[in-house]
Amino acid sequence: MEEPMIGSIPTMQEIPFFAHQKLRVLRNRGIIDPGKIEEYIARDGYLGLAKALTEMTPAEIIKEVTASGLRGRGGAGFPTGLKWQFCSQSKGDVKYVLCNADEGDPGAFMDRSVLEADPHAVLEGMVIAARAIGAHYGYIYCRAEYPLAIHQLNIAIAQARECGLLGKDILGTGFDFDLEIYQGAGAFVCGEETALMTSIEGKRGMPRPRPPFPAVAGLWGKPSVLNNVETFASVAQIVLKGAAWYASVGTEKSKGTKVFALTGDVNNVGLVEVPMGTTLRTIVYEIGGGIPGGKKFKAAQLGGPSGGCIPAEHLDASVDYEKVAELGAIMGSGGLIVMNEDKCIVDIARFFIDFCQDESCGKCTPCREGTKRMLQILTGITEGKGREGDIELLQEMAVIIKNSSLCGLGQTAPNPILSTIRYFRDEYEAHIREGRCPAGVCTALKRYTVDAEKCTGCGVCAKVCPTKAAKGEKKQPHEIDQATCIKCGVCMEKCKFEAIFVN
Amino acid sequence: MEEKIRITIDGREVTANPEQTILEAARENGIFIPTLCQYADTTNVGACRVCVVEVEKARTLVASCCMPVSAGMVVRTDTKAVRDAQRMIVELLWASGDHNCLVCEKNGNCELQDLVYWLGIEKPRFPIESPGYEIEKTNSMIVRDLNKCVLCGRCVRACNEIQVNEVLDFSLRGSRAKVGPAFDSDYIASECYFCGECVDACPVGAITFAQARFGGRPWELEKVRTTCTYCGVGCQLDLNINKGKIVKVTGNRDYGPPNQGSLCIKGRFAMDFVQHPDRLQRPLIRKNGELTEATWEEAYDLIARNLSAIKEEHGPDSIAGFASARCTNEENYLFQKFMRAVIGTNNVDHCARL
Amino acid sequence: MTNSIEEIEHTDLILAIGTNTTENHPVIGAKVKKAVRSHGAKLIVIDPRDIALTGYADIWLRQRPGTDVAVLNGLMQIIISEDLYDRDYVAARTEGFAELKKTVARYTPEYVEKISGVKAEDLGRAARMYATAGKAAILYCMGMTQHVSGTDNVKSIANLAMLCGKVGIEGGGVNPLRGQNNVQGACDMGALPDVFTAYQKVAVAEQREKFSRAWGVPLPAKPGLTVVEMMHGATEGTIRGMYIMGENPMLSDPDLSHVESALRKLDFLVVQDIFLTETAKLAHVVLPSACFAEKEGTFTNTERRVQRVRKAVSAPGEARADWEIITGLANRFGYPMQYAGPAQIMEEINSLTPSYGGITCSRIEKEGIQWPCPSPDHPGTKFLHGDKFTRGLGLFHAIDYREPAELPDDEYPLLLTTGRVLYHYHTGTMTRLAKGTSERCPESLVEINPQDADRIGIESGKMVVVSSRRGRVTAKAAVTSRSPEGVVFMNFHFREAAVNLLTNPALDPIAKIPEYKVCAVRVEAA
Ligand SMILES: Cc1cc2nc3c(=O)[nH]c(=O)nc-3n(C[C@H](O)[C@H](O)[C@H](O)COP(=O)(O)O)c2cc1C
Ligand code: FES
Repeated sequence: MEEPMIGSIPTMQEIPFFAHQKLRVLRNRGIIDPGKIEEYIARDGYLGLAKALTEMTPAEIIKEVTASGLRGRGGAGFPTGLKWQFCSQSKGDVKYVLCNADEGDPGAFMDRSVLEADPHAVLEGMVIAARAIGAHYGYIYCRAEYPLAIHQLNIAIAQARECGLLGKDILGTGFDFDLEIYQGAGAFVCGEETALMTSIEGKRGMPRPRPPFPAVAGLWGKPSVLNNVETFASVAQIVLKGAAWYASVGTEKSKGTKVFALTGDVNNVGLVEVPMGTTLRTIVYEIGGGIPGGKKFKAAQLGGPSGGCIPAEHLDASVDYEKVAELGAIMGSGGLIVMNEDKCIVDIARFFIDFCQDESCGKCTPCREGTKRMLQILTGITEGKGREGDIELLQEMAVIIKNSSLCGLGQTAPNPILSTIRYFRDEYEAHIREGRCPAGVCTALKRYTVDAEKCTGCGVCAKVCPTKAAKGEKKQPHEIDQATCIKCGVCMEKCKFEAIFVN
Repeated sequence: MEEKIRITIDGREVTANPEQTILEAARENGIFIPTLCQYADTTNVGACRVCVVEVEKARTLVASCCMPVSAGMVVRTDTKAVRDAQRMIVELLWASGDHNCLVCEKNGNCELQDLVYWLGIEKPRFPIESPGYEIEKTNSMIVRDLNKCVLCGRCVRACNEIQVNEVLDFSLRGSRAKVGPAFDSDYIASECYFCGECVDACPVGAITFAQARFGGRPWELEKVRTTCTYCGVGCQLDLNINKGKIVKVTGNRDYGPPNQGSLCIKGRFAMDFVQHPDRLQRPLIRKNGELTEATWEEAYDLIARNLSAIKEEHGPDSIAGFASARCTNEENYLFQKFMRAVIGTNNVDHCARL
Repeated sequence: MTNSIEEIEHTDLILAIGTNTTENHPVIGAKVKKAVRSHGAKLIVIDPRDIALTGYADIWLRQRPGTDVAVLNGLMQIIISEDLYDRDYVAARTEGFAELKKTVARYTPEYVEKISGVKAEDLGRAARMYATAGKAAILYCMGMTQHVSGTDNVKSIANLAMLCGKVGIEGGGVNPLRGQNNVQGACDMGALPDVFTAYQKVAVAEQREKFSRAWGVPLPAKPGLTVVEMMHGATEGTIRGMYIMGENPMLSDPDLSHVESALRKLDFLVVQDIFLTETAKLAHVVLPSACFAEKEGTFTNTERRVQRVRKAVSAPGEARADWEIITGLANRFGYPMQYAGPAQIMEEINSLTPSYGGITCSRIEKEGIQWPCPSPDHPGTKFLHGDKFTRGLGLFHAIDYREPAELPDDEYPLLLTTGRVLYHYHTGTMTRLAKGTSERCPESLVEINPQDADRIGIESGKMVVVSSRRGRVTAKAAVTSRSPEGVVFMNFHFREAAVNLLTNPALDPIAKIPEYKVCAVRVEAA
């Protein structure tokens, strides 16, 4: 290809946002028309499948995937090859391949993006998996809030069937595999593997204990493999280009690339795909273009609502499964929220635990009751009702809930609390002991105070105060009665002399 | 029978069947692990997490009720981590509802109460917050007070897996989760068959017998095992007696066949007739066309006189007797003996055909 | 039952015919549903009504009431013609196959469809499913027996089960579900006109003499009358005195107006009961008895399990246990009957009754024993006919379909079938006094198909008059597709709408069971 001659427009490689990315899962996004199978095929689509079906045994497929080091992109990072191997060893003539497209993390949209822009990549990965484990039927569990993704998938499935890439006797090899889409009602917990299967079975989506593991007894009690969208979308290229190619990027134990949904207080937001092991600093400052308004970086919440906060001191940490876990966060599905110094860490923790307690399915006690009580305690702290011992109680609860909950939801829900206490304990203590929110976010803790030096006693504050908390003699410095002040901030806004401040 | 495997529980080496759970193996060896949601002959759902134990090399604590044993497994049921977790869980449950034993029917027979006591919890660390549901008293058989519900799901499994009536289920999520008939309706408005299996299954005072309310504390009730008087299944049941009256009927899963503790609405809720004021109390004799009270002697005399006269005049075959499928074997035996040996006729039958 | 209740849960297929199990035997119904839901058993339901079990069934054959023999013959015809029957079993353990084969050959699916309304294709599916199942249990109840062809129905069921080798195996068998708590026991105890305990025949000299010796008196050899015959006798004046213990024929017997006039004609009527029933009200002497909770003894359930009944509370007033009443009466007649209690009566039963020989009170303290149990060290019998049938070889009965005694016509255009509902029992003397059951089911309902209701111009909740050649009753209509077109269903629990004023006293010629399940009626708005 010839270099474009338009000098004033930088190439992609010259733009930091793109320069640090490596597009594998997102390689076709915006490049092909997802509604045309020919375009997918033109970019080597279904070549991996052809190779898997005609040149490889199931065992060889599993070996290749295992060697690539691919780990599940849905959150837990379980080695995909190993998962397939377990399932292939399970006895039974009926097995299932399931694709997890529930994508329940708020703010995450990488799976949706792949399904909308490159649905065939997912289908191809699923057929290869089916071949590897000996399954002939599959489901894509997709949340109903993704109508476009479902639309694109439907088109892709029809086209693949028409081309003999799905259905009976695929590519004339005698191998049969077909699948359907199951639309989920959108509960976060339905993304958990056992709850997802229960939901497909037509029951209330509640997790069930493991063992038995899905590889042994999954959907309808049959051996099943469940992988994330991004995981499946990586498979065909591994088969086609080889494990070594895939493992050529990444760290020792985390290979390949990972897509992150970068949002929050950062200049460039959106999906970014980077090699495993890229530092947080590169993602935030190079790709993300840094923090707007010259503010300081405070922390990055990695891994969705049950992830953890990584503070500035670890900006140079490599983002891979091991390091992230060590720092108290999780890779999760790749949600990455950047927070600047204006954010209150207790409030952040409260926000995430609120999400988890709301989405708890209600089955097991620690998750159902424990997250509710943690929310209560955190809310108390942000409202100035924190008590000595709250931090210790939160820590004890967090450990027990992680340790005794039935499913991954409860086992990870306390992460934001643990990691914020770990890195920002002083902020918690400021709330509890000093009744002070260092970031000035927690309304109940705000104290509007009059600077007697600056106050001219003009009386505007007393006039606008809805509860008559601001008062004073004419021409004398005014005062604000903390007991009746409702922290609406009107006085400060109206004061022409900047004599009222908040801490 | 599969090979037994060896595992270690609390430092003791014990043997177990490979299909057994840790809980089963422990119980079989006299090692106590507290439970709440576990309910025999239903799926082990691992919901309450009261039964957690430590298993060497496991990432987290494990629920012993649904974790199968495996060879060489090393289990501890009594570590600090286990007790701390159990205590936290029970405190959370306690604080989540209206567990006020003063007026609770289950006082003295409540599994939550037992757990609190066993763990020695003085008071939960969390403020007690009852959800404030209205108590369901819409029928005269089952009372539901969801403020006492611990969401163990035993009623749901009893309804779906034992009676297979498929009426009860969970609704809503998180701490708002509830159990009950579809659409959150009350029992009487639902498809419920009132078998009462859920009442027997409930470990706390959330689902109780309406008519037994204030009828006697658990320790005042004498349970008398007998055979149900309704259909031909012959269910074994316990009549719960207080001061000479039947207070309620309960199933007993220890009795085994034929019903393994299950009952139906009739066995459970239709014993009122026993104590009904209309019960016959004295023999009646027809005098001047009216049935009037008489002594047993008068009644016997009258019968002996009349039947003997008929027999004399028209022969024994002019007398007929109806035995009863409602009476005992011994009584039916004596009845046919009476008709054959005393009256001298084979005119004896009962409504077997109806 | 040839087999045990617990086997139902673990069998491969259940065929339920003429049994509304979940309502009449709810705990067995639960086991059927559990077998289907938890253990993957197949379920075939053969019933004209859309009973709850159809919701769990793989196949539901909705035959016209009274056409069961045709359906069963149809199943056998398919099984034989497709060579799905158990050749070895038929050869080794049965006789009469040739005749059976000849008779059922006529019952082609098309012919059966014409008679019964069951689709030929469904019949075929059911036949194949039953024949190819490993273990298969047949459950049946009054829906089979309460027909003039009741005996034929039962024999046809046995034919089908033997044909496929499904009798004498665990999880198989033909299993009648007994309606009342101790029907099995009453029959076992010889409360029947032709037999002593354990079906020892009064007409067989040897057996009669055994009882004669034990009881110390000569005994009559001529079999006596059945219930319905007794009523006829009373009408005709050949029966003059009657002793009724714990029964209420005034509600339970067919053609009630006839029953009432029969009882009124008696010279002397003794009724022994716990309540002043409709029957007791006609008596000359009424004796108050203790109910099950007030006495000791045993009941025998439908799977032949003899179980303890225990005294929990005292009987009201001067009421006495039935066994005490009988002994008192016998003594009054000059025949000494002295027993310390039911346990001692059971000892006498043990000594005279081979199948109860080893069933002593102390042995069944914890768990009942299933007869036959001939000796104190015998464990009891889970399922019958393991090695051979009672008579040696199992006998096939070649049976042809016969129509019910009374079918709808222009005057009485609908077919009435009767039965129980979950919430009540028998004539309602007990359940109707219970708050709970009455709350759930306070009144009798006439279940009628929407098409019929439309035609007649009635709707749910409106009172209707149901009349037959024998009488009329008034009750509330329930318009529901549970009833097939042309069929109305009523229960017999409510004296206010005593359905047996309508039923036909036509009897099965052998078992003498009245045809409660089919008669012709007319339904009109009240
Ligand atoms: C509460 C909860 C929610 C989850 N939601 C998702 C989800 O939305 N999408 C997803 O792919 N995996 C989700 N997972 C992870 C799945 O359970 C499962 O590990 C994953 O789909 C397996 O695929 P992988 O090995 O390819 O990652 C969730 C797990 C938990 C505990
Ligand atoms: S008893 Fe094991 S989790 Fe409830």
